[in-house]
Amino acid sequence: MGCHLYLLSIDEGIKGYRDDSLETVKQNQITYDLDLKILSYKELFNWSMDEVVAQIGLNNNCTYCGVFRRQALDRGAIQLGVDKIITGHNADDMAETFLMNLLRGDIFRLPKSTAIITGDDGDNGIATLPRCKPFKYTYEKEIVMYAHYKKLIYFSTECTYSPNAFRGHVRELIKNLEAIRPSAVIDLIHSCEQLDAPNQNQKIPQKQLCQKCNLLSSNKICKACTLLESLNQGRAKQILQIQE
Amino acid sequence: MKVIVDFGGGLDVCFENKKEITLEFEEQQIKMADVILKLKTICNPKKLDFFYTQQLRPGILVLINDADWELEDKEEAQLQHNDRVSFISTLHGG
Repeated sequence: MGCHLYLLSIDEGIKGYRDDSLETVKQNQITYDLDLKILSYKELFNWSMDEVVAQIGLNNNCTYCGVFRRQALDRGAIQLGVDKIITGHNADDMAETFLMNLLRGDIFRLPKSTAIITGDDGDNGIATLPRCKPFKYTYEKEIVMYAHYKKLIYFSTECTYSPNAFRGHVRELIKNLEAIRPSAVIDLIHSCEQLDAPNQNQKIPQKQLCQKCNLLSSNKICKACTLLESLNQGRAKQILQIQE
Repeated sequence: MKVIVDFGGGLDVCFENKKEITLEFEEQQIKMADVILKLKTICNPKKLDFFYTQQLRPGILVLINDADWELEDKEEAQLQHNDRVSFISTLHGG
C-alpha cells in the first residue's frame, strides 16, 4: 500500500469505559496485525480522568480530556516517528463540532471545524504533525452498519461523563433535525466549508512553542500545561490541608 | 406470534444485559410500532432514556431481518412469525 500503519490508543483512565475498550483495541491489534502503542494520562500527566473529575467535579470534563488527548496523541505520534495522525472522526462528529463552535461563538475555530486535514500549513516554520479525518463524509450510521455486516469487533458505550457534556445536547438536536431534514448532517458540513474566513484584522493567536513542554501552543504556556498547573495546585492544597 | 429481538451498540444495558430476547404476541398481525411499545414496557426504567424518549431515540438503527427498516415502512412495517429485529445504538464515544 505504500504506507505503514500503527495503532495509537490513549488511556484516559475512565473506569467502565476506557478500560473495557482497550481490550477491544488489543483484539484489533491481533486481527489486523498492526503495532499498537498505548499511552495513559496517568503516565503522561500524573492525572487520570477519574482523578481529574474527582478534583474539578462534573463540569468541563471534556475540556480537560480533549486538551490532554491532543497532547497525548502528539507525544505518542512523535514516539512512533510517524508523519501523520489519522483519527476516526465521522460526519456526525464534524456536524456536531461545527454547531458547537457556532453556539459558543468560537470565531477562531469555526472555519476549520470541518477541515479534513489540519496542521499541515507549517505555521511559522514550527513542525507539526498533520492530522487527517478520512471519515469526514461518512455517517456514523454507515460505519455502524458496516461494522455490523462485517461483524467487526468494536466497543460501544458512551463515556461515563458524557451525559453532562455539551456535545450531547448538540447531538440530540442534530438527531431531531435529521428526522425532519434528513440531509442535516451533510448540510451542516457544507455550510461550514462555505463559511467566509474571519476578518483578517482580528487578532489571530500566534502559534509558538510552549515554554514548559515545547509542544505547539497558541500562548506562552499551552492549554495542557495551564490546566495541569491548576490541577496540581488543587492537589497540593488538598495535601497541605490533610497535613494540617 | 414470536419475534426475536437483539440489541447492539450497548443497548443491552437497558434490558438486563441481554443481547437477545424473544417477544411473544397474542395478535397475528404485528407492526414494528407494537414491538417498540412492548420493549418500552420491559426496559429498565432507569435506562429508558437510552432507548425511548417521546419516540424511539433518534440515532438507534433498526434492522428487520438484517435490512434497514427505512427500506420498509419503519414503524408501520408488518412483521412475520420468527422475524429478527435488531436495535443498534449509534450513539457512543466521548
